[in-house]
Amino acid sequence: MNPAVYHTLTATNQWLMLWPEVMLGAIALLLLVLELVLDRKQHDCIPRIAIFGQIVILIALLGSIAYESADPYIDKIADWTYFDGLVVISPFGEAGRIFILLTALGVSFLAQIYFKKQALPRIEFFHLLLVVAAAMMLLIQSAQFVLFFVALETVTVGFYIMVAYCRASPFSLEAGLKYLILGALSSAILLFGIVLLYGVAAQPHPHLLIGPIHDPMSFADLGRVLGAQSANPLAAAGVALVLCGVAFKIGAVPFQIWVPDVYQGAPTPTTAFLAVGSKAAGFWVLLNLVTGPFAALWLSQQVLVPLLSWLAVLSILFGNLAALGQHNVKRVMGLSGIAHAGYMLVGVVAAAQGVSWAAGAVLFYLFTYLLGSFGVFGVMAYVAGARDEAQELEHYADLGRKQPFLGGVLAVGLGSLAGIPPLAGFIGKLLLFYAAFQAHLYTLLAVSILGVVISIYYYFGWMREALFRQPGIPTLPPAEAAEPPTKPLNWGRVMLGLLAAATLFAGLYQGFFPEGLL
Amino acid sequence: MTSDSLILPQAIGVPFVAGLVLLVKGREMAPWLARAVAWVGFLVPALTALCAWWIFSMHPAGTPIFEQSMTAATPTQLLWRTPEMLFPFERDIGLGFLGLTLKLGLNGLSLPMFVLAGIVGLAAGIYAMNTSVDRPQAYWGLLLFIVSGAMGVFASLNLFYFYFFHEFALIPTFILIGWWGGPGGRAAAMEMTIYLTLGAMLSLLGLLALFFKSGAHSFDLVSMHAWTLPATATVPSGHKIFGLLLFGFGILVSLWPFHSWAPTGYAAAPTPAAMLHAGVLKKFGLYGLLQIAVPLLPGEMAGWSHLLAWLALGNVVVIGLVTLAQRDLKVMLGYSSVMHMGYIFLGIVCVSAMGAGGAVLLMFAHGLSVAALFLLSDAVFQRTRTYDFGAMGGLCKKAPVLSAFFVAATFAGIGLPGFANFWGEFGVFVALWKFSPWMTAAAALGVVISAIYGLRAVSRIFYGEPSPAFQTLFDQPVADLRPGERWPAIILLGALLLVGFWPGLLSRGINESLPTAYQDLRPSGHYVLTLNFISETTAAPTPAAPPAAPKP
Repeated sequence: MNPAVYHTLTATNQWLMLWPEVMLGAIALLLLVLELVLDRKQHDCIPRIAIFGQIVILIALLGSIAYESADPYIDKIADWTYFDGLVVISPFGEAGRIFILLTALGVSFLAQIYFKKQALPRIEFFHLLLVVAAAMMLLIQSAQFVLFFVALETVTVGFYIMVAYCRASPFSLEAGLKYLILGALSSAILLFGIVLLYGVAAQPHPHLLIGPIHDPMSFADLGRVLGAQSANPLAAAGVALVLCGVAFKIGAVPFQIWVPDVYQGAPTPTTAFLAVGSKAAGFWVLLNLVTGPFAALWLSQQVLVPLLSWLAVLSILFGNLAALGQHNVKRVMGLSGIAHAGYMLVGVVAAAQGVSWAAGAVLFYLFTYLLGSFGVFGVMAYVAGARDEAQELEHYADLGRKQPFLGGVLAVGLGSLAGIPPLAGFIGKLLLFYAAFQAHLYTLLAVSILGVVISIYYYFGWMREALFRQPGIPTLPPAEAAEPPTKPLNWGRVMLGLLAAATLFAGLYQGFFPEGLL
Repeated sequence: MTSDSLILPQAIGVPFVAGLVLLVKGREMAPWLARAVAWVGFLVPALTALCAWWIFSMHPAGTPIFEQSMTAATPTQLLWRTPEMLFPFERDIGLGFLGLTLKLGLNGLSLPMFVLAGIVGLAAGIYAMNTSVDRPQAYWGLLLFIVSGAMGVFASLNLFYFYFFHEFALIPTFILIGWWGGPGGRAAAMEMTIYLTLGAMLSLLGLLALFFKSGAHSFDLVSMHAWTLPATATVPSGHKIFGLLLFGFGILVSLWPFHSWAPTGYAAAPTPAAMLHAGVLKKFGLYGLLQIAVPLLPGEMAGWSHLLAWLALGNVVVIGLVTLAQRDLKVMLGYSSVMHMGYIFLGIVCVSAMGAGGAVLLMFAHGLSVAALFLLSDAVFQRTRTYDFGAMGGLCKKAPVLSAFFVAATFAGIGLPGFANFWGEFGVFVALWKFSPWMTAAAALGVVISAIYGLRAVSRIFYGEPSPAFQTLFDQPVADLRPGERWPAIILLGALLLVGFWPGLLSRGINESLPTAYQDLRPSGHYVLTLNFISETTAAPTPAAPPAAPKP
């Protein structure tokens, strides 16, 4: 590296571009300091500080985006690269930042409910949550494979701890071990793919006439090399391996093997973080790669489209069919999440086929998935007993009568996940189908439709448990019957009500979604 | 658009908001206030629909209505022959680039259905408010959602919203069956929802395909129509798209053999939900075929008409025979409503003005009569505590008004002259004769079947001696129809009689708005016959003998 690079790296105004991530990290450290300094009685306020900090960052981020978009001198379409091409600040990435912040807020909300029922240390959980959220934001905005991998590993390592957080529970420990082993495997696969791509990009290409390669790890240079070649098997293998590594994160079949057990064993807030945050980060990365460095025509036609199509078909079918027989609601969420990943993969395939707004459709779907999932997870957190992993369908019996509010939020959340108008999930699915139609993906469409119809059974089956009149026979033996669901307090009601209202609103009006993304 | 009419949004929005208020805040409200909110929610759509109907029939074709709301005669409006889009309303919801805007409007085909939804909604609402149920506010709220969705289905001009409102009305049905429904509701609700979602998804695919293939770049019915008409029957792969629409909509209408969800679902549903679903929502698919599939893909019906005609005959004859074998009043009604769908399909198969007009009239009439029958059979159940024919008898001595109403509703269902059903079936039979005389004969056989089971039900319930088991119940006083049951029945039967004696109220509008698809494909003489049919009936309301219904 020459001195100029050091100069750029140390220029403080570049660090300013990463202020949300830096702030999150600072708050995470502050939490640990406060735990040392404060009296044990005052520890209650520490999670609140974390939540407050996230809200402040979210508002500031939204404000700065609004301020910049009102400035006529800033080019809104252009992507700005910083740190010598490591980080890209783009509307796409900004949307990702907001999404991850919203996810982290939702997870904090769940954690507040969860830790009321569990005798576990809280502060470290919030610390990890903030660090992982910051790493996800970096991951979404990374434009170079080194930063990409480091951010991804930060996320994964954070999750190793968060999954196994409930040390007294064998389920949680089992989940942690499974996630550790399979996560390490996926990291290895991803790394191997990155190395192959590095090898392709770093060797001299005098015949390709693309000029000197500045940084073989960067997406832009890799894209130039891949675009100028036709059908390099080494590159194809690298791309396929990278995609497989990402497929682990989004839980697409056949890389879904960890999902049901980890989702069940992990504490509910972690499950929600995995379901929404990890999946969203995976899709952001996937879209970044598919529309960025991997967009070369030969690559998308020979590798991306077939591979992703198969992943989508298998995910939709497997996720829906496997969820049919489940009685544990956390496993239902996990397996149906696989199906959701499959639907979104259809959108990614459409994006790879050149439908320009398909990426936005996937993002909109993720947004509706966030709203619906957190509504459902919120109800789950309230209904769950002390044994977090034993959340069975039977525990929801008569919820609509005992707790009409929770029953209503559950119905809205599940309805949205199932894709029923006028809820947001329907518009999400519609946009994906629309994009698939535009890309002529008729087989994928047929599979998706089939999946949606199958999913009605388990989503509505869950709703049936909660809202239908019960035949009067207790389905669980009395010893195992769960304690009655906790009644949500004021702020809990507000949060759940907001989620349900937002789900309804986003189903009725979509004008709020940023124009440039769709 | 600056000249939006707020009439249609109000008919959809008021019940929705009322339902939302009742669901969210209903339990904390004073009972009278909740009841008042529900009344507003049920009354506004009905009155709006009647008002729209009145305005429509006061302004014959060609005269401008709402001067400021009708933009200059654009080509699309000329193609639709009449002041087509009454009460237009359009809003961008942020997906305008995909052709998705909220666009509402009425024409002569959708107006009868819109009125039907309003009337049946009001009747079901009055009935629901006069029955004592668990958690009444939530019950009314969900019913209001169904009403809102049903009004929306028939008022939307955008294919996307057409679908959207239907699905929206479906889910409250699921919860209503589950919570307030009868035995067997758990399985029936699930079967119904999965079946109907499958149908809805197929039709959504068909609509999307239509959108992409038509090249209109809009989901708007008017502009799609304008695009399709000049290039008649040149939509690529139209045959497949029509098939998707046909079977998607067919499942929603319980086309044989995709009907199995309907009888069990209706038997398990609480009565107002069954009234709304069998009476109104089930017409969604037929309306879709009439208003969307056939006009937008003219000529494609020809490739499917024989298959569809056979299946529709299956509805009429096979399900008719199945209905004959039923011993349970409510299940029998469910099957008979499946059976009558066959006539409407047969009317659509003909692709003629007569058949389509008859189908619309029959949809309107069947919706009212089946709702009345569901209501009255529940009234019977309230008195006898059973739906089993074998255990009833002699009820007419105790409840003469109920039995009179029931007999009237049964006659309407059979298609006796004087009720609107007659004109619908008449039109369908006349059109079907051109299509295939022997099929007409087979369909007429269905009228005999429906007369048999209808009259047998009447005789078992109301006449004869009470069974021994029944006698104990009869020794206690049995009340006749209460006002809360009487008024909804009067509303429904009154509307049936009104249109039965004055079909021109509806047929003129239908005549004006029938898309050209129904007129181009047949010799011109046929079209003249239609006009004659309509004008004759308007002039001479007293009908001649029914074409096929034997005197009972």
